[in-house]
Amino acid sequence: MSARIVHIATNTFREAVRDRVLYNLIAFALLLSGASILVGQISIDIERLVVINLGLTAVSLFGIVIAIFIGIGLVSKEIEKRTLYTVLSRPVRRWEFIVGKYFGLAGTLVVNTFFMAIGVFGALLYVSHKFVASDASVFVALYFIILEFLVICSLSLLFSSYSSPLLSAVFTFSLFVIGSFAGDLRGFAGMAQGITHWLALGTSYLVPNLSAFNVITSVAHGQSVPAQLILQNTLYAFFYSAMALSGAVLIFERRNLK
Amino acid sequence: MPAIEILGLEKTYMIGFWRKRPKRALRPLHLTVEEGEIFGFLGPNGAGKTTTLKILMGLVFPTSGSARILGHDWTDPAIKAQIGFLPEQPYFYDHLTAHELLNYYGQLSGVPAHGRQSRIESTLQRVGLHDIKRLQLRKFSKGMLQRVGIAQAILHDPKLVFLDEPMSGLDPLGRREVRDLIEQLKQEGKTVFFSTHILSDAEALCDRVAILHQGELRGVGAVETLTSAVLGKVEVIWQGTFVPASMKALGAECHVTGDRVRAVLPETQQDAAIDALRRERIRLISITPLRTSLEAYFVEKLQHSETSVGTTA
Repeated sequence: MSARIVHIATNTFREAVRDRVLYNLIAFALLLSGASILVGQISIDIERLVVINLGLTAVSLFGIVIAIFIGIGLVSKEIEKRTLYTVLSRPVRRWEFIVGKYFGLAGTLVVNTFFMAIGVFGALLYVSHKFVASDASVFVALYFIILEFLVICSLSLLFSSYSSPLLSAVFTFSLFVIGSFAGDLRGFAGMAQGITHWLALGTSYLVPNLSAFNVITSVAHGQSVPAQLILQNTLYAFFYSAMALSGAVLIFERRNLK
Repeated sequence: MPAIEILGLEKTYMIGFWRKRPKRALRPLHLTVEEGEIFGFLGPNGAGKTTTLKILMGLVFPTSGSARILGHDWTDPAIKAQIGFLPEQPYFYDHLTAHELLNYYGQLSGVPAHGRQSRIESTLQRVGLHDIKRLQLRKFSKGMLQRVGIAQAILHDPKLVFLDEPMSGLDPLGRREVRDLIEQLKQEGKTVFFSTHILSDAEALCDRVAILHQGELRGVGAVETLTSAVLGKVEVIWQGTFVPASMKALGAECHVTGDRVRAVLPETQQDAAIDALRRERIRLISITPLRTSLEAYFVEKLQHSETSVGTTA
């Protein structure tokens, strides 16, 4: 990887971790994990299920909020504040800037997830007093959550490369919501006829299939995640992110920075 | 080899939401800047100076034309390692300190790690920010940010420095320091290309200037040549507040300031004026032929273009 990409990613990471909003969001996520203990205590025999369900959902939701919140400003804020001028007037190619920004944000989210995951495992240990073999699936669920973040990061960066932060947030959040129901959309396409069938099918393949990353409920029930799904989701997330990033690069390479 | 060769760069923006119409920000511009000179790019606000700089920095794409910087195509990213750029009213990552910012820019410019820290220290010292290098940029004043901007432009020891309105936001002392710095850069053999609408700065610093107005090049030349045209008048200054009647008879325009009188009269009356002052036993301080100023040249070029536009219309 180009050294310049690493430097841009490091600066993006540093910018994110110095943002107080990030800490507030992490604090909320940890609080929610803590609250799952309380909820778990009033749920007879299903404490573990509640803690895993609530904890992982908190990690996922707050991570998505962070990905959108930071991602939408990655490029547009740099243009608006003109910080980009002193970066691109150096031997930095535009694609290196986009890729560096992406890795910086992705790195931030991985580190955040790590800390939030400690909160979830802490809560789990508190209610069960021990870990069991099926808890290993929680790692898989966390891995899928990170893959989901990678997709959302690439989308927010794609929108940020040509529109305002507000519009980028609207677009990314809309795609997140639609993508979370991509499985249902495919089901609907299967039942529909004619043009509706093709429209629903086309849309379901265009939007990110985020429903495939959601294994929280089955993990909470102690079910293991098939290796094939892990491989499939990994390939899908990398491929989808690469496509969205390529789109961002294509747009940004042609953009006049007025 | 010229430091900069601008070969017909042109930029037209499409403006409007529904009915887009073209707006020419820059008409085909041809300009050459030699190595080692301080070149002033002058023009009123909206003349196209910043657009030209943005095109040269690869921030905006031209509608047509090309350029060569230090003998290479201006789109070649490698050439940017030898260029420093200060944008107009710079703004930087406010979560960083000046030291961290320069370290980041040094990394991007390919400054080797082993000498980078000492380079950062000396650059901060040079722009007068060595004592506040650990303060986050969000707490910097406008003038301090301008200094950081200059620091990042010269950090990697570039051969060519582009400065867009470098004196903007600076107090008189700061402006003086930047002027000194630009002169130092020239002494180090660097080429400085700076845009400004403050003509006194350009006149004091530049070897050559170009005047841009409404996206069009109106004039270019050496400052000495542009300001050496004799106007056929002389300026006579003498001690006292008394203005002899004979001086008025020679057609002199006299102004009394403090204990001195300044008179401007036709060059042909110079000897007669000296005789008149001698007769009155007045102490003569100086006689200087009046030359055109850069400001006069600038205004003439702008007025000429406006007259042409008016005539055409």
